[in-house]
Amino acid sequence: MVGEPRRSSISVVTRAVHDRGGRPADAPIDRSEHDLADWEILMDSLENALEGRGVMNTDEMRRGIESMAPSDYESASYYERWLFTTETILEEKGILAPGELDARLAS
Amino acid sequence: MTFAAGDDVVVSSRAHSGHHRTPGYLKGRKGTVLRVHERFRNPETRAYGGDGLPKERLYLVGFALSGGDQVLADIFEHWLEKAA
Repeated sequence: MVGEPRRSSISVVTRAVHDRGGRPADAPIDRSEHDLADWEILMDSLENALEGRGVMNTDEMRRGIESMAPSDYESASYYERWLFTTETILEEKGILAPGELDARLAS
Repeated sequence: MTFAAGDDVVVSSRAHSGHHRTPGYLKGRKGTVLRVHERFRNPETRAYGGDGLPKERLYLVGFALSGGDQVLADIFEHWLEKAA
């Protein structure tokens, strides 16, 4: 444990799903390297292009990820979370219409 | 700036529902300021489309672990309180 907890307050801190530092884990952390799929590389490029153009920023991106339902967050991969937040933030800004991506992918 | 290197501080454990970068496992913990960083745009407003201004002071804070190691974390000034 770190430092001296202040008994009166430490127990009331509510932690969102992403705020997981120091939590016990069910299994050892998988630290093995893995190859990125093409879509993951594209996702990284798209996100960085949007930030480079000033369409969205890193803090918005993080906030969008933190808004995921805990069960979705836990089951999503790293870049699936990026996809979720990019779609969420772009819809919020009116750049994408709700459901627009799904509709265009289905057509 | 409010704090200087060597100052003992406590990370605020106040409730906060919006985006912030202060790790939950450090809230309520006592540490020591190791370095005074620059001021940076505030991610708590930038996360909602704001410009993050005024910039907030960031500090490198060390939290002692048993065995002589320490956890190092960058914490914004408005999350730090003077240690009693």
